[in-house]
Amino acid sequence: MTLARPFRALPAATPQILTFVLVLLANWAVFPDFFDLRLQDGRLFGSLIDVLNRGAPVAILAVGMTLVIATKGVDLSVGAVMAIAGAVAATLAADGQPLPVILAAALSVGLLCGLWNGLLVAILDIQPIIATLILMVTGRGIAQLVTEGQIVTFTHEGLIAVAGSALLGLPMPVVIALALAGAVAALVRFTALGLLIESIGVNRTASTYAGVDSRSVLLAAYGVSGLCAALAGLIAASDIRGADANNAGLWLELDAILAVVIGGTSLFGGRFSILLSLVGAFVIQAMNTGILLSGYPPEMNLIVKATAIVLILVVQSPAATRLKGFFGPKGGRP
Amino acid sequence: MRRLGQINPRTLPLLATLGVFILAYALCALQFPAMLSTRVAANLLTDNAFLGIVAVGMTFVILSGGIDLSVGSVIAFAGVFLAVTIRAGLDPIVGFALVLVLSTAFGAVMGAMIHYLETPPFIVTLAGMFLARGVCFLMTTDSIPIDHPVYDTLSGLTWRIPSGGRLSLIAVVMLLVFVAGIVLAHRTRFGTAVYGLGGNRASAELMGVPIARTTILIYALSSGLAGLAGIVFSLYTSAGYSLAATGVELDTIAAVVIGGTLLTGGVGTVAGTFLGVMIQGLIQTYVIFDGTLSSWWTKIVIGALLFGFIIFQRGLVHLAVRRRQAARLAAA
Repeated sequence: MTLARPFRALPAATPQILTFVLVLLANWAVFPDFFDLRLQDGRLFGSLIDVLNRGAPVAILAVGMTLVIATKGVDLSVGAVMAIAGAVAATLAADGQPLPVILAAALSVGLLCGLWNGLLVAILDIQPIIATLILMVTGRGIAQLVTEGQIVTFTHEGLIAVAGSALLGLPMPVVIALALAGAVAALVRFTALGLLIESIGVNRTASTYAGVDSRSVLLAAYGVSGLCAALAGLIAASDIRGADANNAGLWLELDAILAVVIGGTSLFGGRFSILLSLVGAFVIQAMNTGILLSGYPPEMNLIVKATAIVLILVVQSPAATRLKGFFGPKGGRP
Repeated sequence: MRRLGQINPRTLPLLATLGVFILAYALCALQFPAMLSTRVAANLLTDNAFLGIVAVGMTFVILSGGIDLSVGSVIAFAGVFLAVTIRAGLDPIVGFALVLVLSTAFGAVMGAMIHYLETPPFIVTLAGMFLARGVCFLMTTDSIPIDHPVYDTLSGLTWRIPSGGRLSLIAVVMLLVFVAGIVLAHRTRFGTAVYGLGGNRASAELMGVPIARTTILIYALSSGLAGLAGIVFSLYTSAGYSLAATGVELDTIAAVVIGGTLLTGGVGTVAGTFLGVMIQGLIQTYVIFDGTLSSWWTKIVIGALLFGFIIFQRGLVHLAVRRRQAARLAAA
């Protein structure tokens, strides 16, 4: 029943890694050039890089969402926060503001949104689904307020570079996602923070009695989620060189939750792994790409995702865990 | 001990909603006297008919402490299914029956998964939302018009009410669903079981409430009503479109909460939900009447109302707990 296990995540990761490899192999089967990579102008190109690049926004959302779900919460507002951050960034970029100002403004707006959610959950004790629903409903309205209902476009070199440039051959969004996930994973696993988050997820009342400052930890988790959403919003806006308050980040909250669930983080709170959520996000994107490559209508995506959720639910369910042998005794939950 | 007790704290949210509705309508009418006409009132009912029907089902789900995110997709599914089958030559009446059966069965399966897999309702209904929407897309991605004599008859069916208003068939259907919902919630064994389940699941189980059957029935009811709402929606728009009714699940949840149902389950009324739907419709009507306000203000105002009502509910719950503690101290 040890909760913090920085390295025990490795053997437990097998199902997720296996799924990822299987999906990639399936893609390769329908599209033989799938693994082809070529270096051009100092950056890598290829379907595999595409999967990572397209999957980066959801991966970034999944990092924040993992922390929130680990506290037995959920953040439905990330898509709307993406839209707000994108709207703020695009509006400032259209005004010709320097990049640091744009980044600082968009990220602080995201942090503020996250802290607002945290305030409702931690201080006012509102259920997370409902607390974040408020911002989900209102957020798109606020984003439209910022852009005055228009689709704001920009030609700001600096902001375009956020999604358009490359580092060490990898597209910038992938670098950002990997760096962020690495940093947050290190932060929670090499300090007591991860343990505190897990303990709140398992039993908030007991943790509070045991001396955990649950309010601050919850505020921090939702704050990080808002920050991640803003970052994803920046990338999305930079990618299309504009902000679309209606469609930016639409339904991505659901993809992010799915990524976290595929990553094996329990929806009942407690056990979590940020790096596996990252794998989950890339599994989702690999499925999307695979459906596109194999010539099926992209609408198949939703059905595949629904099937994935159902399969995971069946495997993760307490009923299945009781039937030993499926998942073994690893769950830590009776 | 019960100085405040003249008004039952459980009806307080309903009274607050009623107050907000009357106040809002009065403010609107003050600015635009035409808002008082029966024509506007009848349109308010017609335009929100599908939302009202789904909201009745959602009230039961939330009363039981759950949530159903799939209703918007089920509405779209019903519309697309009707459009495609009617184009293929199926009689609409048979189509209606098929939609109701399919959507009710869909909800029953979700309810069974929630109960037997012991999973949070929101993730199961999320999968349902993806599935129903995906099936819509597989049937067609176009918006298909429905052109059938039965549709013309049904959508042309209206009843005149005094001073020019016309009560449409779909408005009447919504009102009937609300009446049936009120009876079901407050006058039947099923309704009591739903309240019990939402109030305290463990106690309800110990007192012999059939948890499995009730859970399955609740989600079957919610999806079935979403199917009915889809039929009404297709009568309203005379078309089936796979992207229709996106985000309706959120509007519905907002209507239920504004209507005074406690999100933790166990407390609330179907009648309150009716007021919640009407408040949302009123905001939209006001935005249309004003003409200078942009549509996004609807979302912001609904969000603000949602926030206000949730805070109000928290306050009430807090008060109830304090009072109970005080009573316990007095008894000791």
